Amino acid sequence: MSSNGKEVPRISETFQEISPADFFYRNREIAGFTNPARAIFTAIRELVENSLDATEPMGILPDIYIRLTLDGQNETAETYTLRVMDNGSGIPAHQMPLALGQFLFSSKYKLKQARGTFGLGGTMTILYGQITTNKPVMVFSSTGTSRIVEYRLMIDIQRNKPIILDRKIHVNPQRGNERWHGTIIELHLEGSYGQASSKVLEYLKQTAIVNPYANITFIDPKGRFYKFERTVTEIPRPPKETEPHPHGVDVETIQRIIRATNARNMRDFMKNNFHRVGDKTAAEFLKVAGIPEKANPKRLRPEEIVALVQKMREYKGFLPPDASCLSSLGEDLLRAGVLKELEPEFVAVKRRDPSTYSGHPFIVEAAIAYGGKVPAKDEVLLYRFANKIPLVYDESGDVCWKIVRSINWRRYNVSPNMPVAVLIHLCSTKIPYKTVGKEILSDQAEVSREILNAIREVARELAMYLSRKERVRRQVRRLNVFARYLPKIAEFSAKLSGVEKPPETDRLYRSQVVFKDFATTNEFTESEPFDSRLYKTVLVHIINKHETNAVNIKVVGLTGSYLTELIPESTLTSGSEIYETLRGNFKQVKVLAKSSKPDKEGLIDAYIDGVGE
Amino acid sequence: MSKDGVKRSVVEKKASVQRNLETLGVKFYKEIEQGVFPWVEMKSRSIDNIFYSPEFRQYILGNKTVRRSARVISHLRPFTQMVWTAYFVHDLLQQRKTSTLRDVYYSAQAYDIAFQDQAESDNIITDLETVVESPRESFNVYPEERSAVFGDLTIQYTVPGYENRRTNLSSHPDGMMIGPALTESQFIETSADKVIVIEKGAMFTRFVEENVHKKFNAILIYTAGQAPRSTRYFIRRLNQELGLPTYIFSDADPWGMHIAMVIISGSANAAHLRELTTPDAKWAGVWATDIVNYKLPSEQLNEIDIKRLKELKSDPRYTGGLWQREIDTFVELKRKCELEAFSRYGLTHIVDKYLPERLKELG
Repeated sequence: MSSNGKEVPRISETFQEISPADFFYRNREIAGFTNPARAIFTAIRELVENSLDATEPMGILPDIYIRLTLDGQNETAETYTLRVMDNGSGIPAHQMPLALGQFLFSSKYKLKQARGTFGLGGTMTILYGQITTNKPVMVFSSTGTSRIVEYRLMIDIQRNKPIILDRKIHVNPQRGNERWHGTIIELHLEGSYGQASSKVLEYLKQTAIVNPYANITFIDPKGRFYKFERTVTEIPRPPKETEPHPHGVDVETIQRIIRATNARNMRDFMKNNFHRVGDKTAAEFLKVAGIPEKANPKRLRPEEIVALVQKMREYKGFLPPDASCLSSLGEDLLRAGVLKELEPEFVAVKRRDPSTYSGHPFIVEAAIAYGGKVPAKDEVLLYRFANKIPLVYDESGDVCWKIVRSINWRRYNVSPNMPVAVLIHLCSTKIPYKTVGKEILSDQAEVSREILNAIREVARELAMYLSRKERVRRQVRRLNVFARYLPKIAEFSAKLSGVEKPPETDRLYRSQVVFKDFATTNEFTESEPFDSRLYKTVLVHIINKHETNAVNIKVVGLTGSYLTELIPESTLTSGSEIYETLRGNFKQVKVLAKSSKPDKEGLIDAYIDGVGE
Repeated sequence: MSKDGVKRSVVEKKASVQRNLETLGVKFYKEIEQGVFPWVEMKSRSIDNIFYSPEFRQYILGNKTVRRSARVISHLRPFTQMVWTAYFVHDLLQQRKTSTLRDVYYSAQAYDIAFQDQAESDNIITDLETVVESPRESFNVYPEERSAVFGDLTIQYTVPGYENRRTNLSSHPDGMMIGPALTESQFIETSADKVIVIEKGAMFTRFVEENVHKKFNAILIYTAGQAPRSTRYFIRRLNQELGLPTYIFSDADPWGMHIAMVIISGSANAAHLRELTTPDAKWAGVWATDIVNYKLPSEQLNEIDIKRLKELKSDPRYTGGLWQREIDTFVELKRKCELEAFSRYGLTHIVDKYLPERLKELG
């Protein structure tokens, strides 16, 4: 009875189990479907990431094709058809409905670097399309067999089950020795491309940077065609699955491991289930933790499990995680990606050694690009990547931004309004995202330190480049001044001394044209060599004469079979020139050149001058 | 100096210059052959290496040297120009032809050597003078401007086509132009015992008409303002070879003083040369004090004049009683006058009164 004597009305609520699909239906913002523009962006991103995951880890060079068309418009919203096609490994026919029409969580506790939001992005996108347009999704896929399977599906949200509306089998014709493999997804969704377009294009371009081995094609609702072409054919080594590290587990994970393990005693339990924990380490740990080696893990009481986790976190004798579960891009690929999409005059890349935070291994890779087609803004441009996914929104809240801002760029010869871009790629088995929206990184001490050091290393290289460039510019004189005057000095000296034949001036100065109107190809071509033995100073002058296309050049010095890179691979944008003095003594010097973008031939002249003394 | 001595010295001088130029060519040739960038070392003509020498009574160059090398890109152009110029003047010497600065500038174009303007080619000629340590007249590059000489002096030509011909320098009443022929001529005989140098044409004509050369046993030289180099060279020869005291008459103003001083002590521009000065010559007027003493009609000094006087006051060449006295008088008087001012007292006043008094005063 209440204080005034009346009965308190009972409110009965009905609780029911919520399916995962229902959960996401009600909380679609978690997955990035916050507003119409963001929804389009997220949908494209999720499907593209799926396609990359279906190709790259399988060693397939990705060919991804995206088309967005406007279906219709009413007062409230626009509706689009989104079609994404890839040449991935495909989904086996019997798995297709569940793979796309059901929210599946992995019970795996093993760790591996992975793309994607929860690994469910594809399904989430399909769900979003369905709830905004009530139209089914169409999926075609083949794993390279003689059949292409087509499904039309919807999701039963409350039961978290696919509803198959139609199923067709098509013949997968043989072309040469091969049949097509891949997946095509076509769905309809509500959204707004107009406001999303800049972010979508930015995302695709950045994806092209960090996946330089991928061909990505996008056709937007206006029919505009965007192509991001691969410039390399190497794919990074895929990550290996590893056990979790003792510092990185919580009580829930331990319980899962206990359930799954065959080990009957704690020593085996520690030895078999944790990353880089061998027999000796297991024994030592258990001794320090005061846990008997012979205890049965499956008999541990709840409070013992909590203590175990605590002790694991405290124990300092575990080896740090190695990076086998990580797949970083690598310096060569990162450089290739930056050269391809940003077309800078100078690029420096650095892959830091693996490190850990809270028991999770991570690797930071950084790049800095200067000049060429890099736009000049008030502040340094920042590109952020996590596990090979570009982070395109909310830059200002990101720890990377804070770090870039904190650097005194003038120390590195960078002043405002210079065309400089910094790229940070963080790969980890657990990316420290700040918010659920997963576009910004939070401030973890170890991670921030690595990011700062990585940026400093590449900034130092840029500083050296910029100061060297200034010096060269101040010292540059066209050496054909020698070619113009030395013969005359020889001629009139001869006449003055009464000798008929003027002396040869080659030992003083020689200029050789090593490339003339040369059309570059997709591979590096070597110029004819310049015999540099007689000359103390060698200068190289390369001009890109093409109206639009850029070229990549290198200059090497040879002594016997020993080769030194005198000028590392650099991009020359159309119309620009390199004019540099080379250091060191070599028997021969050669220029190498290739087109910056495949099948976009460049046109160059190159001269090498030698001056005696 | 004997007459043959003169001829020898003129001819020898040119032969020695010719050899110098050939040696230079051989040096460069050998250097190129050996893979060494040709170079040349010469005395520096920069301000910090120019000093007034009381011993030589002119500006001379100190011991600093500069090195020009074909290896240095900024030297390449002037170096090439100098080698060509050496070749060109050597050719002039061989062919016994003369040329002028302007001519050199244009001739270069025929050999595809580009001088941007005459100033550039003039500089190269001066460089060559410095390298060869000899004035350009010794390699047959003469100034265009000519002044005149009149008086009883018999000379014998040494130039091609006129060898051994003689003439007397009083044979033409307008005076004879001083060019390469006279500059290099042999002096045979004279009845003169002094040289009178006159700045203005009108005064020169007056002196000729009044038979100054006879009355005063003088050889008259008309400089037409600043004396050209060959004239200065000629005056020096008259003073040194014939032992003739030399008296310079100019307008009474800072510029007149300067004209006299250049004949006496040369210019900073020619600090690298020694044969262009007549250190024993005297500035005989018109002095500032003459304006007072002879009551000459005068003009006021303007700002530029005054500024110039200030500069001269501290110029090392203008030490000595006469110069300092006259500079001070000018500054105090604030007036200047021309040679013609004497006509105030009659056309022949300058010859009848001024000249004899002044010459007596100077001894």
